[in-house]
Formats: sequence, C-alpha cells, structure tokens
Amino acid sequence: MRFPMVQELLGQLFQKPNTNPFPAAQLPPTVTGLLEKVGRGEAALNPPVPVPAKLRGKMTYVRETCIGCKLCLKVCPAHAIDFIEGTKKIRIFVGQCIQCGQCTEICPKQCLALSDEFLNASHDRYADELVVD
Amino acid sequence: MKTIEVKKPSGYATQIGPAHPALKEPVMFSLDIEGERIKKADFVPGMAHRGVEWMGMRRNCIQTMYLAERICGICGITHSISFSRAVEQIAQIQVPNRAHYIRSIVGELERIHSHLLWAGVAAHELGFDSAFYLAWRVRENVMDLLEYLTGNRVHYAMIQIGGVRRDIVPDQFPRIEESMKFFEDAYAKLAAVFLDDTTVQMRCRDCGVLTYDEARELCPVGPTARASGIKKDVRIDHSYAAYGDIEIQYQTPDLLTGEVRGDVYDRIITRLLEVKQSIGIVRQLLAMLPDGPLLAIPKPAVLLAKLKGAAGEAVGRHEAPRGEVMHYVRLEAGKDEPAAWKVKASSYSNYMAWIPMMEGEQIADIPIIAASIDPCISCTDRVALVRPDSRQILTKEDLHRLSVEKTRRIQAALAK
Ligand code: SF4
Ligand code: SF4
Repeated sequence: MRFPMVQELLGQLFQKPNTNPFPAAQLPPTVTGLLEKVGRGEAALNPPVPVPAKLRGKMTYVRETCIGCKLCLKVCPAHAIDFIEGTKKIRIFVGQCIQCGQCTEICPKQCLALSDEFLNASHDRYADELVVD
Repeated sequence: MKTIEVKKPSGYATQIGPAHPALKEPVMFSLDIEGERIKKADFVPGMAHRGVEWMGMRRNCIQTMYLAERICGICGITHSISFSRAVEQIAQIQVPNRAHYIRSIVGELERIHSHLLWAGVAAHELGFDSAFYLAWRVRENVMDLLEYLTGNRVHYAMIQIGGVRRDIVPDQFPRIEESMKFFEDAYAKLAAVFLDDTTVQMRCRDCGVLTYDEARELCPVGPTARASGIKKDVRIDHSYAAYGDIEIQYQTPDLLTGEVRGDVYDRIITRLLEVKQSIGIVRQLLAMLPDGPLLAIPKPAVLLAKLKGAAGEAVGRHEAPRGEVMHYVRLEAGKDEPAAWKVKASSYSNYMAWIPMMEGEQIADIPIIAASIDPCISCTDRVALVRPDSRQILTKEDLHRLSVEKTRRIQAALAK
C-alpha cells in the first residue's frame, strides 16, 4: 500500500496558507459590519494581491478628445458602448464590457484605455462607478 | 418524431442527469443495469445549447473572434486560434512568424492549466480531495503567468485575425522560465501522487477501458485517443502555428509504462505526460522566438475593410487540450458578418467513447469515466429543440420526414 499524498499533507501542516486572506484573515460575522469598522478606522483590510503591470481592467475614457467617430462601437464585441446623439460622445457600460481592449486599438484619438482597476462588483449594473462617460 | 425514452430494459433502467451532482455540466445518461453492473449505456447531449454561432453570424469577424473565445472558459484560445485560422485562409492573410510562436506559447500554457484543472476534477470524482486541492494550487501558478503575459487569467484576448495583440518581450522570459521550473517540480510531485497511489490504481486501472480497435472505430481525439494508443495530434499531423519548427512527439501512455491499456489510469498518464511536454515546447519556442511584427494588418479598421471584401470558405483546426477543434467559416463579399460559422468542439468526437467505456463497469465508476474524457459539454452542444410541452430531439430520419412533408405541403398549396 502506498499513499504518497500523506507525506505531502504532513508537509503542508508546516506551510503558510497558499491563499491570500482577502479582505480579512478570518471571515467576519458580517462583511458590511467589517467595512463599517474599516470606515471608522477600527479595522484594516488585508490588501488584494498586486496586479500585473498590464492587467486589463476597467475602461477609462477621455471625453474631451473624442470626436464621435463611432469606430469603437463598430468593433465592441459586447455592445457595451452607447453613442449619445445629442452630445456626439460615447458611454461605456462596465457591467457589459468584457475588457478586451479592442476599442482602445481602433480609436483614432487614443481616448480609450484600460486601467488596472478590477474590483468592479456591484448590486446595480447602472451604478455611477459602472458607467464611464 | 421521437421523444427521449429509455430503451426496453433488461434489468433495471436508471437515468443520471441532465442535472446531477456528479456531473459538472448538463448531459443525460440512461443506463440499463443489473445489480451494480452497467449492461447498456446511452447518453443524450444537447441540454446546454447556447446559440453562440447564431450570435456570431450577427457580428463582424473581429467581434466574433472574442465571442469564439468565450465558447469555452477553459480553452478559450483554442477557439480563437481556430476561428482566426479559418478567416485568415479565406482572406489570404499571412500571419507573421513571431505571432505564430506567441500563439503556440499561449496555447501550450493553456494546455498546462487545462490538464491540471482536469487532474483536480478527476481526483475529486474519486473522492481524493486532497489531490484535487494540490492540483488546483499548482495550477494557480500558470494562471498567474497567463495573467502576467496576457492581462487576464482566462479569456486572454491575445489573438487577432492576422497575428497576436500582445508581445512577449525578453524582460518576461525569466518569469516564464521560473514557472516552467516550478512545473517541472510539480510534475514530479503530481506524478507520484496520482500514479503511485494504491487507491488511484485500484479505482482507475482497467476501469473504463477503450481498446485500440474501439478507438479506431469511434474516432475520438486528443488525450482520449492517445491514451488508447492512437497516434494522432493536430499539432503533428497538420502542423500549424509554430509547431512545424519544433521537436514534438505523440504522448501515449507506453512512454511511461511500456504498455497501452486504454483505461482511466492511462488517460491520467497521457495528460500528465502532456503537461511535461508542454513545458518543453514553451522552452523551445522561447529559445527560438523570431523577431518581426506581431500583426499582418496592424490597423483594425483596415482589417475590417479587407474582411468585408473577402469571400470563400475554410476550416480552421487546433489541437485543444481535449483534442481537435474545428471551425468552419464562410464569408461573403460585401458582408461584415460571417455568412456561416460552425464549431466542432473536441468533446463532440469523444462522447461516443463513453459507451464502450461504461458498459460492464459499476455505477460508482460513472463519474470518473465520464470525467476521464474531460468533457466540455456546454462547448459541444450545438443543436437543441425546445418545445413548450416536451423536449424532443430530431434524428436524421425525422428531419428527412419533416422535409418530405414540407415539400408535399408546398406542392399541395401550389396545386390549389
Ligand atoms: S474593452 Fe472590449 S468590450 Fe469593453 S468597451 Fe472596449 S471593445 Fe467593448
Ligand atoms: S473610437 Fe474614439 S474617438 Fe471614435 S467615438 Fe470611440 S472613443 Fe470617440
């Protein structure tokens, strides 16, 4: 009978956990309670692991330089970009965007880019922070 | 028209699925059992049809590229490479050499991650959860590497029609080599944990056998075929991307044990060997990475215009972690969207192998046998017919009969 895993498991008893304990080392009784405590400065969050240099995160948009050419709409696979007729500017719905970055490549004015912001979860897909315009 | 029904049972008939805790994705098995033994096995796919092709035919080729990547959450690059190869052939776009190499590197990294994911799932199906955690912990390393190279853990968005979108620069080589070293050590550890373990041997040796002859008849692909001793691999047989330039061999289980039995254990061996092979391929490719541009047509707007003028049809193939993937694409001049797009995922070819594997085995072996071909069910399901009252599957005869009936109806209407 051979069980090579036993040796591995015994070794693991003396190792640090492999996962990053985010946002706190122990599961708090309530997450909102923890966040309130953090807000009052009574507790600290364990930071997420650092992201690599060229992470594809939330879109950024420079409204002033956009010329309203609609090229980005043409290549967006997720139909995440809306064109606003009145202002001739665009609006990006982050909840729908797949962060492929295709629009950043086609934009003639380089007004679109991907940031390294990745904590985009929200209850409301039309929340202010999830609409870039 | 035929509704799904279990054929006349000899002993006791049972069904597993479409949704069942032992199955990761929806598929239905109907089994004829006697005591614990499976006398006859059958399965019904088509439970997770998503209509991806329909969506692709309403988007231009650049958009469809990203949609193709999302056919599978595990082997995304497989589908984008296959789709782009089909479109490149139609539009006669010559992919630069450096792009070929980068495509292969990302493809091999994806194979490492997919096989490790599978190893974890297989261990879990055996009830060997500590090995499941080990495999998935090791896999995190390649996920981090992929994120470092491409900007995301899954759905790398690396492929563009006519090349790749991101470079791999010499600054990144040490990080890649660090991971390759890590996986060499991990391979030794995983091989010991999976192959030397007495319980794994008792559960997997001579269980779910697919003999060489059965495999020849049923034409499975990828590791499922190679574990039965069939030497086939798109990377070698129809070499593409950078695979023509490197040393690459069919990975069959006899390389490790000296024999081919075609059982679940052999399929574990094959996948572990392929992890090791992929490490070697990535190293070879990095050492030979040629200089040059990344894209044949760097401007997406120019590319779109060129594709709009292209017409013709082609098939793009790629050796996915699970076997050969095929994309058929037809473009028509003056149209942005593909006029036709058909995807054959690798599991489609492997499904039929389930039947000889399951027959004669015990009910408790179903989860590991089902998992042993590494099925990707949602990627494979291409046709489903849903009626409000019942769920029916159309056979070829049904379709033929419907077609004849329609002709008659039209004739009758004309005669009036
Ligand atoms: S990143 Fe991709 S999905 Fe997001 S807005 Fe740009 S093109 Fe659309
Ligand atoms: S491609 Fe650039 S300039 Fe054109 S509409 Fe989009 S954001 Fe504006």
